[in-house]
Amino acid sequence: MNHKYIPHTESNIKEMLEKIGISHVSDLFKEIPEEVKLKRNYNLTRSLSELEVTKIIRELGSVNYGTDDLICFLGAGSYDHYIPSTVNHITSRNEFYTAYTPYQPEVAQGTLQYIFEYQTMITDLTGYDVSNASMYDGATSCAEAMMMTVSQTKKNKVLVASLVHPHTIAVLQTYAHFRNVEIVIINEKNGLLDLADLETKLDQDVASLIVSNPNFYGNIDDYSQAVTLIHNNKSLLVMVVNPLSLPLIKTPGEIGADIACGDGQPLGMSLSFGGPYLGFLTTNKMLMRKMPGRICGQTKDVDGKRAFVLTLQAREQHIRREKANSNICSNQSLNALAATVYMSTLGKQGMKEVAIQNVKKANYALNKICTLPHFSKVYEAPIFNEFVVKSNVSYDVVKEALLKANMMCGLHLGDYNELLKDHILFCVTEKRTKAEIDQLVAVLGGLK
Amino acid sequence: MRNYDKLIFELSIPNRVGYSLPPLEVDDCDIFDLIPDHLQRKTESYLPEVSENEVIRHFVNLSNKNYGVDTGFYPLGSCTMKYNPKVNEDMASLAKFTSVHPLQDESLSQGALGLMYQLSESLAEITGMAKVSLSPFAGAHGELTGLMIMKSYHELRGDLKRTKVICPDSAHGTNPASAAVAGFDIVEIKSNPDGTVNLEALKSALNDEIAGIMLTNPNTLGIFEKDIKEITRLVHDAGGLLYYDGANLNAIMGIARPGDMGFDIIHLNLHKTFSTPHGGGGPGSGPVGVCDRLVEFLPVPEVIKENDCYKLNYDKPYSIGRLGNFYGNFSIFVRAYTYILTMGYDGLKFVSEMAVLNANYLQKMLKDDYLLPIENICKHEFVLSGLKDKSTGVSTLDVAKALLDYGFHSPTIYFPLIVDQAMMIEPTETESIEMLNSFVEALKEIAKIAKTDPEYLKHAPHHTIVRRLDEVTAARTPILRWTKE
Repeated sequence: MNHKYIPHTESNIKEMLEKIGISHVSDLFKEIPEEVKLKRNYNLTRSLSELEVTKIIRELGSVNYGTDDLICFLGAGSYDHYIPSTVNHITSRNEFYTAYTPYQPEVAQGTLQYIFEYQTMITDLTGYDVSNASMYDGATSCAEAMMMTVSQTKKNKVLVASLVHPHTIAVLQTYAHFRNVEIVIINEKNGLLDLADLETKLDQDVASLIVSNPNFYGNIDDYSQAVTLIHNNKSLLVMVVNPLSLPLIKTPGEIGADIACGDGQPLGMSLSFGGPYLGFLTTNKMLMRKMPGRICGQTKDVDGKRAFVLTLQAREQHIRREKANSNICSNQSLNALAATVYMSTLGKQGMKEVAIQNVKKANYALNKICTLPHFSKVYEAPIFNEFVVKSNVSYDVVKEALLKANMMCGLHLGDYNELLKDHILFCVTEKRTKAEIDQLVAVLGGLK
Repeated sequence: MRNYDKLIFELSIPNRVGYSLPPLEVDDCDIFDLIPDHLQRKTESYLPEVSENEVIRHFVNLSNKNYGVDTGFYPLGSCTMKYNPKVNEDMASLAKFTSVHPLQDESLSQGALGLMYQLSESLAEITGMAKVSLSPFAGAHGELTGLMIMKSYHELRGDLKRTKVICPDSAHGTNPASAAVAGFDIVEIKSNPDGTVNLEALKSALNDEIAGIMLTNPNTLGIFEKDIKEITRLVHDAGGLLYYDGANLNAIMGIARPGDMGFDIIHLNLHKTFSTPHGGGGPGSGPVGVCDRLVEFLPVPEVIKENDCYKLNYDKPYSIGRLGNFYGNFSIFVRAYTYILTMGYDGLKFVSEMAVLNANYLQKMLKDDYLLPIENICKHEFVLSGLKDKSTGVSTLDVAKALLDYGFHSPTIYFPLIVDQAMMIEPTETESIEMLNSFVEALKEIAKIAKTDPEYLKHAPHHTIVRRLDEVTAARTPILRWTKE
């Protein structure tokens, strides 16, 4: 056959077979035992032209509803933020997206330098010395952080705040089960970490405490007492953070946490039905050699020119095999590039302005909604861009009313916690206009 | 701009901006009324302050220091660096996919769920497995998933003694690392010189403590395991499961399926076989397929079809659990499905035929100058053991670096570990005979220079943007971020 991705003509094939010294393409597979050979065609379509393919894919897409169709007030781990045009232009550079892991640094300085810049920016945001080149997503970076603390302390109990994202807790449980790590949940009190419950459950077998800031309910917690309790117990503190909040709110480094991790999706990545996103992981020098994944370092070439290279590789699977810190190989490098371009474009001022707009718009929405007869505020803690309201109208009614007005309702917390039936987690980012928020309030206010 | 050497931070000028945001509009208030002072950040940030033009020029200049498949030949063995079709990128960037929230009502995401369902059905057909989950984010993540499934299977049967996994010494480093992360101990067995499984070594390693074995077929030397049926029989008789590392699937599409060989669990790399880009290290995607008896252990959620509606199913009591916050690297699925439709059953078979033809052609053309340890028809890749003439002192590293001066990416080097001075070459099907010939010419010229001027090669590359790097100092005194002087 002839195919646009495969350059071989019939005469090419003939010439190559002759050179190899065989007469037919099937001779290339003759050692494969007949009993395992497939004697039929795959039950798939024939090869299709670009016109045919794009029609099928566009038709699949056409039945989706996206943020162009519905005004999005849903967050819970995936956020509808403004993405500057620069991001897609740079991540679409063929030299970046068609390269692989920079194994040959002499021809991969572009990738290596953006990783170095990414590491600088993400450590700047979180308040640490060391970052790796990226992890798969926020949940898996948290699982890797958990395993770092188990390895460092040689203890196997991990305390997890109940207000870490429930999907992340589920991933922690998956990883913990297979490594014989015991997970103990620390309760919440008034939408924040219950310190009394932490004190009760803290014992000498505890490797670490994992908390989230802002937490799953959008509340910003003050972990200063928790960090003292944890460190006095010779355990470590892991903080899951929203990187976009960190130009404004106290960083995990300032709080004194030992590891920060989370999802970098707010830094210039589209919703894309959940991925690819970006897991980030930062820590201090003490835990540097426990870090999983690729790390890029600065060095010089033989002519004394500044250059960048993958370093500290003795931690990794291709050197240490089963003794490696982690099995991660491919990561989310292109997403790290997106984050780097995003942070470069927004810059120091823009990042802070975005953070402030999130806080102010979310608070505006919260206050307006809570003046409505059927809705009430649930927690008093400060928030970043998400908040919980209690509805006297059933969630499904609220959701349908908003959908009719082309709006996407927040998350029903009743799906995660029976006690929170008809509690809704709304998200308001800098992308929402005053008119959109007012429209949300108007629809909610019109509910009977 | 070859000599461009700035970091973005070095371009920063106070108060310069590269962004615009709409005015706040909502009633302004003091931020300290919303976030109390003691919860606010105090540390100064050094994020850059640059204009939009500077951002673009900076990263375009960085891109010019990079080599990708779209730059030239990238014969990185085991990585399947084939051409990344542009229509895949266009389809993945349709707003109707990029703007879909993962937690919105399933009724609003039927296209996304439908695409996932159809992709996993297609992959099941291609591999001969009963069911495929798309959740794992990359190959190594797929391995981990597969091994968790293996462990859960034995645990559910109460067969708790099976705590060990066999990995051949030719296996990729992620295999033993993934087994360790899944909580297994590793038993390494010696391979035959051609990397195939040594049946005697396998027999003596098998016992009631073995949970399973991890293999790839064709193996890392590009050789097909002729005894695969015997191997699967031995492992199954001993109560173990067989894991197939799909890194090398590009060799056998349309020709033989891992499921039909008797494998119980497989992972695929959509960024290898199914043409999605490697992204400078990722994102990839590592779907996992299983045979009938292991379907109940697949991760949650799974996409199911009920009355022509697609749904996410969480009701799987024996599932290994959740693997990520959402459903995997969705936009990679769009690319892979676009590719599968573009190729069809006939195109996918042609892919493997031409990938294998290219590898055998290169193997034949190079074996006069480079040591070919295994004289055999190979599959999609082959391994050379450095220069044939060992008297020159020119190493595989030197050859790899010299190739960069000729405008080629180097092969995978020093892997697999069982071949001395290994050069692992995988041309893929998307390269023409002209490209292969110019690669052969370069390698032949390097072999010639090795005899006349070995020192020149030991200092290669000479013409790249930077030359050989001081990796020792980088590791001893790590500089892992920029700091303001």
